[in-house]
Amino acid sequence: MEEIQKNELKNIALRIRRDIIEQVYNAKSGHPGGSLSIADIITYLYFKEMNIDPSNPKDPDRDRLVLSKGHSCPALYAALAERGYFSTEILKTFRKLDSFLQGHPDMKNTPGVDMSSGSLGQGISAACGIALAGKLDKKNYRVYAILGDGEIEEGQVWEAFMFASHYCLSNLCVIIDRNGLQIDGKCKDVMSSEPLEDKMQAFGFDVKVIDAHDFDDIESAFNTAKNTTDRPTAIIANSVKGKGVSFMENVVSWHGTAPNEQQYEQAMSELKEVR
Amino acid sequence: MLKEATRESYGKALAEFAEKYDLYVLDADLSEATKTKIFAQKYPERFIDCGIAEANMVSVAAGLAASGKTVFASSFAMFLAGRAFEQVRNSIGYPHLNVKLGATHAGLSVGEDGATHQCNEDIALMRTIPGMVVLNPADPVEARLAVKAAIEHDGPVYLRFGRMPIEQILPDDYKFEIGKGTVLKDGTDVAVIATGLMVGEALKAAEMLEQKSISAAVINISSIKPLDKKLILEYSIRCGALVTSEEHSIIGGLGSAVCEAVSEAAPCPVIRHGVEDMFGKSGAAQKVLDYYKLNAEGIVQKVLEAVSLKK
Repeated sequence: MEEIQKNELKNIALRIRRDIIEQVYNAKSGHPGGSLSIADIITYLYFKEMNIDPSNPKDPDRDRLVLSKGHSCPALYAALAERGYFSTEILKTFRKLDSFLQGHPDMKNTPGVDMSSGSLGQGISAACGIALAGKLDKKNYRVYAILGDGEIEEGQVWEAFMFASHYCLSNLCVIIDRNGLQIDGKCKDVMSSEPLEDKMQAFGFDVKVIDAHDFDDIESAFNTAKNTTDRPTAIIANSVKGKGVSFMENVVSWHGTAPNEQQYEQAMSELKEVR
Repeated sequence: MLKEATRESYGKALAEFAEKYDLYVLDADLSEATKTKIFAQKYPERFIDCGIAEANMVSVAAGLAASGKTVFASSFAMFLAGRAFEQVRNSIGYPHLNVKLGATHAGLSVGEDGATHQCNEDIALMRTIPGMVVLNPADPVEARLAVKAAIEHDGPVYLRFGRMPIEQILPDDYKFEIGKGTVLKDGTDVAVIATGLMVGEALKAAEMLEQKSISAAVINISSIKPLDKKLILEYSIRCGALVTSEEHSIIGGLGSAVCEAVSEAAPCPVIRHGVEDMFGKSGAAQKVLDYYKLNAEGIVQKVLEAVSLKK
């Protein structure tokens, strides 16, 4: 990827990270850690990868994203706002009464949200349904599903992986945000899903392991996925929970905690533009 | 008159209406039993077997519906309303998607498979979900019409079908409408409000009650949600005593729904006839129903109780 474009994406990702902190700080609740870990991938999807038109969010031919780890919606809402689905001003209403920015994604009321999600394990199945509909209708759209590495402890996820492979959903790209942490601690201590690459391969996926914060890596994985026509793709994205805010990085308690005023100021000062 | 299990009517109706409507049908390795196989044989390209994975099936159905399709997802009531309750609530109910849940093998009339497969709790579970329509047809004629109504309704619908063959009790030209109850026999002393296969038993009970000089109305409530409150209140006032009858727990089902309706507007004694707070057991379907007094004699007993409570 050219440096100019990479810097552009990096700056958008920084804006999205600032939006995430703003939302959670204003709401005094929400999930900053897992939102920050997917910020770069969400940026790439909404600003480079996906075939979408913010002025026509229900276009039947659009690419879709299902945020199966729905609690990370501050990242999704930030991307949608920055991409022009609605005003960034609305981000201030996140989690407040009468806002369409619900605590977890609501497809009925939020422009650009393709599937309601939040109860872990269900989004990936819905993504399979959307991908299957695309195949049945002979449409060319692609479906992206972002899951957490804690979320995949849900049995339904593996039912869905079996389904995706059985029905050759090559238009489905699963992204597993492997940040290594879940509410009760490290995934490897709470309930290990490793070796994940082997499991995904055994379930019939084309597997790519990437650095979730490297745009070259991200681009190369999505390009390969697009050219894989005989099976679904799983991108295992090694990420840092809380990425970009020093005191949140790899700290499990930032899964679902809002920063206080001082922490907010520090976070925002660390998320300045790169140029 | 026709005699068949409502699951059979369901499978046939899917195959019949798929000519006119662009339906997709999902099953979880039970198409032989749920009778969606009748559809699958005619429209294999619109049938998707999800394997023994109901949770995934329900959310896949949501994804298909989110892409504009009318989808039926089928399994036994136990696994659709029971096992996959939270998927139904969050993947289908919350976004109000156009998914129809075709639940067969509901209630005690599953018979030999016993308690693990006899779902007496599904109506209670499904009717608490906002926006969910809950239909429990009384006979093969109504089962077919309920499928058609579900297709034409925009939003989630739970359809409850049985395994045991039952007699046709409604006329061939019967009119079915979501949210409407039907008075099948009028009466003045008591009204028996029944649903599913208990409607036929209620008609028999009403005849038996004539011998005892008790005039019992029989009302078919196949649309448990939305409920025809107007009709129920009318009979609460007219008769002053109600008996509800269902092949379902007396907790949370039709009996509860009727009590909720009358207690808020026109209170009168309501006796709930159904499965008491207990599990079922194995046996031939009719024998199991008789054992739990889910028959005309059981209704007569409850009617006598209800009448004795009248002021």
